[in-house]
Order: sequence, then structure tokens, then C-alpha cells
Amino acid sequence: MRSYFGRKFLIYGLTFFLAVTIDWMIPRFMPGDPITNMLANFSVSSTNSNAYAEMRAYYTQLFGLDLPLWQQYLNFWKSLFHGDLGISTSQFPTSVAAVLLRAVPYDIFLLVPGILLSWYAGNKFGAFAARSRWLDNTISPLGYILTATPYMWLGILLAWFFGIVLGIFPIAGAYSFNIVKPTLSFSFIRNLLWHWFLPFASLFLVGFGGQAIGMRNLIIYEIEADYSRYLEALGAPTRLIRKYAFRNAILPQITGLALSLGVVVAGALVTEVVFSYPGIGYQLLAAIQGQDYFLIQGCFLFIIIGVLLANFIIDITYIMIDPRTRRGMTGETA
Amino acid sequence: MKKQRNKNEFLYFALRNVKLLIGFSVILLFLITGLVGPLLAGNEPFAYVNPLGPQPPSAEYWFGTTFFGQDVFSQFAHGLQATFLVGILGGGIGTIIGILIGFVAGYRGGIVDEILNVFTNIVLVIPTLAVLLIIAAYFEVRSIFSESLFIGITAWPWAARAIRAQTFSLRTRDFVDLARMSGMKPLKIIFQEIAPNMMSYLVMTFILQFGGAILNAATLDFIGLGPTNAISLGLMMQHAVNWGALQLGHWWWFIPPGLAITAIVGALYTMNVGLDEVFNPKLRET
Repeated sequence: MRSYFGRKFLIYGLTFFLAVTIDWMIPRFMPGDPITNMLANFSVSSTNSNAYAEMRAYYTQLFGLDLPLWQQYLNFWKSLFHGDLGISTSQFPTSVAAVLLRAVPYDIFLLVPGILLSWYAGNKFGAFAARSRWLDNTISPLGYILTATPYMWLGILLAWFFGIVLGIFPIAGAYSFNIVKPTLSFSFIRNLLWHWFLPFASLFLVGFGGQAIGMRNLIIYEIEADYSRYLEALGAPTRLIRKYAFRNAILPQITGLALSLGVVVAGALVTEVVFSYPGIGYQLLAAIQGQDYFLIQGCFLFIIIGVLLANFIIDITYIMIDPRTRRGMTGETA
Repeated sequence: MKKQRNKNEFLYFALRNVKLLIGFSVILLFLITGLVGPLLAGNEPFAYVNPLGPQPPSAEYWFGTTFFGQDVFSQFAHGLQATFLVGILGGGIGTIIGILIGFVAGYRGGIVDEILNVFTNIVLVIPTLAVLLIIAAYFEVRSIFSESLFIGITAWPWAARAIRAQTFSLRTRDFVDLARMSGMKPLKIIFQEIAPNMMSYLVMTFILQFGGAILNAATLDFIGLGPTNAISLGLMMQHAVNWGALQLGHWWWFIPPGLAITAIVGALYTMNVGLDEVFNPKLRET
């Protein structure tokens, strides 16, 4: 177990290191000049060369671009550990960390139920689909279509149909725009859930399709395995065989969940854009449109940290479920 | 002689596999639309052709016109071209990197495998889109080629892992040992002995990478980090959302692009299942 964890930590540590390095490197080594772009936004007229030069000097210093590269790199890490991700230029003078911390609860609110419920329901349905040719022929194609759907398109369709055509659900924001300050009242929570439902549903449906197909394929594979055949030969009831098959198939599905996290997170980003849901995806779009480079970099780091944490939680779950990893009996290499 | 028979057998089962045929037909349909469509549409994708603004589909504008009076069909057909291009280039680059790393890691084993494995796992954990975003955000002028390149170089890890596992199991087989004993060079062994034996696997990897690249490109385009000055299906959806197509009920603007992506990617997945059945006799329906 220790070596299993050690290996995982090594991977996560290196990943974090690499991600931070990418985050530091890209603005500095890419063609083009972020400061010029940023200044272009401020409508500091280039005829007023005095103000322009002053602003330029200010930002060069803010970025720390006047220092030697190794110093810039060290400073980047130093400020990172102080939780300092810079100042958002599009939402001046709020700090990037503050903007993102305000957005994160909405992401958690959307992603955690979306991932867990689609995983649970997808597995149940997938195992169910493997039961008969008829069920398989209806559930599998549906699963393939859902998992092939781009998140934003499903979001657009749901918003259009349930929001505009039927007029049941709101299609923008996390709560009604006329609510000035969120309160912990029943009506506010109802309003919150009302706005949450459609973005959640589009995340849920796409995830559901993928999980159902994965489970269905695994069950088919497990039922062909030697132990299932042996049980069958012994005359064990089909229900028992299916139960064992399910328990064996759930392990790769947990690993699969970790691997699909990146896709789900990307899906959440665009879903938030469609529904103007104020999570990181929405902030990211605003940052891109306002060329707010500090905020873009901050979004990147927050996404990486979130995915690493989720991976870590999945690892712990895996160890709790599979006793072999605890006793070091398996040559798990990932 | 034997090769000829194998080929015929493959064709025999391929032509009788409904999934493969359906998937292939759908892809072909969209490919033809993408190739011929721009000629039929006559209008430039961004040209303001309809002075009346947004109009539902009609004989003149097959898919209607946008808020600004642009021809949706023309945008759609040009967008399809971009989609296929990104799929082929991005999927191709991802597959090639995956194959190279997978072969080397699986065949060499030992410390090389260990290092490549750690590297693969690191890239695997990082969410692809996050990296694509940060790269694209700093690129002022973006083309379909640069987009495909970046998608390809972030999408290979799972392919490398799968190919490594396959190579690993093949490299201890007798025929590979025999080739090694007869003094064949490692590179030659990989491409003449190992690769042909997992050709079906490599084809399927490419198909999945193709689909993945299309979805990734659509996401990037939708966020506004796609190619600058080129139309794409993702960009069409972004414009539709930005200019109130939902609220105004301009369904002809946002349904075709998403439907095309879903159909193409779904058809690719279906083809893959079909190919699996053709290549693997155990899965064939009797």
C-alpha cells in the first residue's frame, strides 16, 4: 500500500510541478506580447506616449519581467505558495484568487452531483443492458449517441427546449438576477436548485452515456471469464454470476472515472458558458474575452489542482474497495 | 496467397456488419456534404447575403440565415471541412505519438519503459482542455493546423498506454523471439513483426483519436479559442448563443452544427464497435 501511494504521489507531484511550469512558461515564451495586448484593452491612447510607457513599466514590473528568468521562476513559486495569483485586470482591483474562490463553490455544486450520479446510474443501467439482446440494442445506441454529443450542444438544446419553448426552467445565472444578496432561505435555495437543474442535467446525460457503455462492455467481458463459466457449470443461479461480474467490473470503472475527469471538467466549462453559470468556466470565458491573462493562468491552476484532488480521492476509494491494493498483492502500475 | 484470403475474409465480414456500414455511410454523407456543399451554397460563409436578417430555412437558403443574414448552410459546409481536417490531422498526430511512445516503451521495457510510463501518466492526469486553453489564449493568430497540432500533442497518452500493453504482450511471443535471434534490428521487428499483428488495434485507436480531436476542437472553438478568421461548427454554436438564437428561437442556427458533430462522432464510435466485431471472431453475432 505504501509503494502504491508513493507512486501515486510521485506522479501527482510531478504533474503539479509540470503544470505550474507550463503556467509560468507559456506567457513568457509564446510569440506575441501579453502586456501590449493588455494595454490595448485599457484604451490608453498610444499618442499619449508618456502614460503608455508608464503603464508598460508598471505591468513589466508586476509580471516581474525585468528580472532574470530563474528569479522569475522562483518568484512565481513563492507567490503561488502565498496564494497570490496576481490581480485580475478585467475585474480590477479584485485579486485572481478572490475571483476564483467565489466561482469554485458553483463548480463543486455542479460537478460533484453530476459526476457521482452519472457514474452510479450509468453503471446500473450498463449492467442492466448486458442482460438481454433487446435491452442491449436499445440502451447501447442511446449510450453511444449521448457520449458523442458535445456538452455545449446538449446544453443549448436543453436550454432552448425546456427554457424557451416550454418555459419551465431559467437559462441563465445561478439564481434570479433580481436577488441582490444570497440568503439562506427556503425560497432562495429553491431558486438556486431551479437554475442548477439544466446545467446539471446536460453534464449528467453525457456522463451517463459513457459510463453505461463502459459497464456494459465490462460485464459482457466478465460473463465470458473463466470464473463465470465455472460458476455456470456448477449450476449457480444467473443472479449470483451477474453479481460477481458486477463486482469485478466496478473496479476498472473507478479507474475509468479518474481518466474521464478531464473530459467532464472540460464539459462543465462549456456548460457554464452556455448557461452563464458563474463557475470557473464562466470566469474563464470572461478572462479570454477581456484578455485577462492572470485570470486565465489562475483558472488553469485551479482546474489542475481540482483534478489532482479528485484523482486522489478516487485513489483512496479504490484502495478501500479493492483489498488487493492494501496487501500489496497487485502490481498496480498506474 | 494467405494474405489474399485474409483480405477477402475481412471484406466478407465487413460488408455484412451493419454497425460498420451504418457508421461508414454517415461519415461518407457528411464528408460529401463538406466537399460539395461549399460549391452548392454559392455564398461565402461570412458574407451578409440576406438583407432580411434571420430567416428560417427556405429554397434559397437551405438552412436559413443568421441574425446578420449570413447563409447558415454555407457556414455549415465550410465548418464540416474544418471538422474533418481537425479530426484527420489532430487524430493522426495523436495516434502517431501514441504509437511511437507505446512501441518504444512496450518493446524496450526496463528503465525506458519506466520513464515513458511516468511521463504518460503525468500527461494523462492533466486535463487536455486546460492545456489547450492556456496555449491557445496566448496565440494571437491561430489556424486549423496549429489547433490540430496542439490537440494531437495533448491527446496521445491513453493511446500510448493501450499500445504499450499490447506490444508488451506481443514481444515475448515465439515469432518475435525468432526474429530477434535471426539478428533483425529492433526497429524492423517493431514495424514488420509487431505492428502488423496489431493493425486492427491501431486502426481503432486512430478512429477514437479522430472523434476525440473533433470534440476537443468543437469545445475550443465554442469558447472562442478556435482558428481566427475561419468558420467551424463550434464557432457557429458560439455565435448562435452570443446573438440570442436561443431566446429568439432561431433553431436552424444552432441545431445543424451540433447535430453534425454528434452524428460524426457517434458514427465513428459505431464504426469502431463494428470493426471490433469484424476483427475479433469471438464478438461476431451469429
